[in-house]
Amino acid sequence: MSTILELVGFGVVLLSAVLLLVLSILYRKKFPTFREIPAFTRLRLAVGRVVEDGSRLHISLGHGALTTPQSASALAGLDLLRRLAYLTSSGDQPPIASSGDPLLSILAQDTLHAAAKSSEQATFDLNAGRLPGLTPFSYAAGTIPIIHDENISANVLMGNFGAEAALLTDAAERQGTFMLAGSDNLTAQAVIYASAQEPLIGEEVFAAGAYVESNHIHAASLTVQDILRWLVIAAILIGSLLTLAGVL
Amino acid sequence: MKLKGVLSTAIAIASGLLVLAGYFFAHSSGGGTSLLAEIQVILLNWAVILAGFAILIGIVNLFIVHLGKIRGKKKGSAYSLLLMLALITTFLFGLVSPAHVGIVFTTIQLPVEASLMALLAVTLTYASIRLLRNRFNLFSVIFLITALLILLGTAPLPLLGDIPGISDWVRPFISHVIATSGARGILLGVALGTLITGLRILFGADRPYEGNK
Repeated sequence: MSTILELVGFGVVLLSAVLLLVLSILYRKKFPTFREIPAFTRLRLAVGRVVEDGSRLHISLGHGALTTPQSASALAGLDLLRRLAYLTSSGDQPPIASSGDPLLSILAQDTLHAAAKSSEQATFDLNAGRLPGLTPFSYAAGTIPIIHDENISANVLMGNFGAEAALLTDAAERQGTFMLAGSDNLTAQAVIYASAQEPLIGEEVFAAGAYVESNHIHAASLTVQDILRWLVIAAILIGSLLTLAGVL
Repeated sequence: MKLKGVLSTAIAIASGLLVLAGYFFAHSSGGGTSLLAEIQVILLNWAVILAGFAILIGIVNLFIVHLGKIRGKKKGSAYSLLLMLALITTFLFGLVSPAHVGIVFTTIQLPVEASLMALLAVTLTYASIRLLRNRFNLFSVIFLITALLILLGTAPLPLLGDIPGISDWVRPFISHVIATSGARGILLGVALGTLITGLRILFGADRPYEGNK
């Protein structure tokens, strides 16, 4: 038998799944408009510049292992990598993806390979999906030379990072290159807010798919997040009132 | 979508659903472990074994990248040579004396990482100064004032010690009330984002395992 908490969890997942399905069907007919996040607008401009001037795009997926809950932001980063790799496939050089988790690194290579296959111009470089290091700081130490030496003009940090994200944002700042950064880790978010050119805070990391690629299921996922957020707010308020009343 | 794509998507979705169901229905009616929970453990163990092999592939990739740098005499190739020498030495040391390979980490890796951590303090101070220059707005000012108050409240000043008002009231109020409530709000948003990202993958809308869509 499942406990009450497990059943509530199952209910939340089921509700989210149903909402996602229903809204994605509705959004096929009418696509919603979302508030503007300037970071994504500037990312599109930076990607355009990458294609025009023949430089490279670097996407850092962090070191969240795929077998842990920290992988979600890296999976969101991987989705963004797929989209950006297609957008830059007409450029002179393929993007570079770095990650601190070997499974992520293989998935990044696979994604870059698929993007290269889709374009006649693009070439696939097996070394474009890299594993610079396995620990947070060795990963940062291995990624800094990529930002410095590989003709990078735009960087995206999206995944699970710690305070070491500051070393990467600092490297990008010194090179004078574009840096959009987001993480699911609170420490990294604070560091990124202070040091990155274009920081993403909170769940904005998970909105990248909807903003970069106008896809109905990504748009639906943003609306579901909003609905769930209101439900959580309502639950907190009701819980507080019931506690005040002495019921709970 | 080709047959290979359909098959890989079906296997991925089925595996994901089984693992997810294992979390919610972990106990059988008799009170023991349910079949779903057992399947979940088996699938997760397979994932861990695959992750182990992926590390080997990652290290080979690292080796190839740095070998290419040395061959092409690219910028920083001396560091690449150093990295490869360290990699080979550690590998051989591990083969010869597996029980003592931890020494390499405690005497070299850890001190180097600790020094990078120390470097972070300088980097973050510089970033804070730069924040006002690059993004001068109300939130940046609040961010910096908060950081300053927390620093003053946490690190006692020489001769003065704790600062009355800041150490005993302002710092605890900021860190225990304002920061904690803000952090919980952000974490709730991240948790919802994580849930929806997982569902998109379960529906096959995002297929990171397939490369192309």
